[in-house]
Amino acid sequence: MTAQLVVFFALAALAVIGAVSLILQKHPIHSALSLIVVMVALAGLYLLMGAEFVAAVQIIVYGGAIMVLFVFVIMLLNAGVEEHTSISKMAGIPGLLLVVALAGFVAATIAKSGASVQAATQTGMLSSTKGISEMVFKDFVYPFELTSFLILVAILGATVLAQREKS
Amino acid sequence: MISLLSANAELIITIVKIALLLFIVLTVNAYLTWFERKVVAHMQSRWGPHRVGPHGLLQPLADGVKFLFKEDPTPAGVDKFVYYLAPLLALSLALTSIAIIPFGPEPLHLFGHDIYLGIAPLNLNIGILALFAITALGVYGVALAGWSSNSKYPLLGGLRSSAQMVSYELALTMSVVGVLLMAGSFNLRDIINAQASHPERGLLGWNVWPQILGFFCFFTAAVAETNRVPFDLPEAESELVAGFHTEYASFKFAMFFIAEYTSMITVSCLCTIMFFGGWLSPFPASWTFTHYVPSLILIPAGLWVIWDGLRYETVFGRMVLPGVGSVITLLGALFVALPDVNNFIQGPFWLLSKILGFLFVYVWMRGTLPRFRYDQLMAFGWKLLLPVSIVNVIITSFVILMWGKK
Repeated sequence: MTAQLVVFFALAALAVIGAVSLILQKHPIHSALSLIVVMVALAGLYLLMGAEFVAAVQIIVYGGAIMVLFVFVIMLLNAGVEEHTSISKMAGIPGLLLVVALAGFVAATIAKSGASVQAATQTGMLSSTKGISEMVFKDFVYPFELTSFLILVAILGATVLAQREKS
Repeated sequence: MISLLSANAELIITIVKIALLLFIVLTVNAYLTWFERKVVAHMQSRWGPHRVGPHGLLQPLADGVKFLFKEDPTPAGVDKFVYYLAPLLALSLALTSIAIIPFGPEPLHLFGHDIYLGIAPLNLNIGILALFAITALGVYGVALAGWSSNSKYPLLGGLRSSAQMVSYELALTMSVVGVLLMAGSFNLRDIINAQASHPERGLLGWNVWPQILGFFCFFTAAVAETNRVPFDLPEAESELVAGFHTEYASFKFAMFFIAEYTSMITVSCLCTIMFFGGWLSPFPASWTFTHYVPSLILIPAGLWVIWDGLRYETVFGRMVLPGVGSVITLLGALFVALPDVNNFIQGPFWLLSKILGFLFVYVWMRGTLPRFRYDQLMAFGWKLLLPVSIVNVIITSFVILMWGKK
């Protein structure tokens, strides 16, 4: 087993453990911390694939900005320990079926497109900062600008909704 | 044994470099507290620490011993795991960020290997982004410490800290975009080399002149990110007792302290590298006689320490200070005698002097400026720094588009 493979399995295990712990933790802050572990482990996986830029942005945006906001809100609301209710049978059996279906779907997709995933890591196009910026600002500039416009609209909407009415 | 050593030479060199850098950074940290207390004291017409050792120079050692032997109580009702995790997180992330900084242009030739000063690989293409990623995670140390202490003042400090970090991180990142556009790279070495494209201009070629707006935004936002005066609201002692570290004692408190001083060093390094030419000399490259500036500073400084030591009031001082002084003087004389060594230390010398300058500015601000009010802090970040840094990006990109890079 090469060193790369060892690091891959360590990071993958960390991500999965973090994800499971995110669900099982009783306190919201512990769940948020688990999510940060998942984000950082994913960034490590990107780094392993040679996508340095994506890895850094993953940590800055998800690990830094978004999760800080999560933690901030949890602290501000002083959210306490969650109360666990027993799972209803309606949710249990269909939920299990859906999990099996989803896992099968993901496995089938990976098995089918295994070759193309390999190719993507080898081109190096996606990994470099230049490659990404050329794709975002040349090839996909309209979808990119439209998406940012959509986000702007959402921000304005949230501000308007949150603002108290002035009488 | 020999073959094992040579096979893993890179690994061994890196480990030695990490150990050395850790030792240097922690020592500098300790003496930074002495420096800060001395400078602030003299600004306020006091003497500062002067009992422990000559000129109080052993004060950091005494503080360290005191931190180690203090009682370390864990308050009732804290969230144990997070309470212990928070200082560890703060310290380890602050120390990691130093690893990205390059400290000199030329490699050191030792045992047949080129050893560059700095831990990160030369072609780390995401240099500045990696640094931002590490500092972005640094806020958790403070925020989680505040939350896990189960006490109202730390909680308020933690809340303030996370709000402040989110607000100022945007301005911090936007303000360096101008520099990145001019250098065309995220790599810290490339950013410094881009400022050396006109070697005859000396300090006029540095980024700080075209990017003066960017520098203003960057330095302000960076001070806010390190929670230093005038942005030290998370630990405002007149409002929040001691803020996020109120419930921490002994070495756990010291860990927060070391983390704060380490991030001060990182920010000073970054300011130097991004805007003040890193290891470039402020003089034009053809003025080779300026290579004697390090000796010109070290020799008189060493002689002064000897002179001061010989008439120091304690016996210990009369023994130690002249010794330290003669080491400094000899170092200066060595640089004059050995031109190769002198050429090698030019880069690190200028880098370190600029970093020291920024550290002095940090202390100077602490001695001068009052703390911001919370609403002023938020308004300053969102309504001034962010728009100014965005305007700076727009101006820079237009200029580069119209007239090219140089």
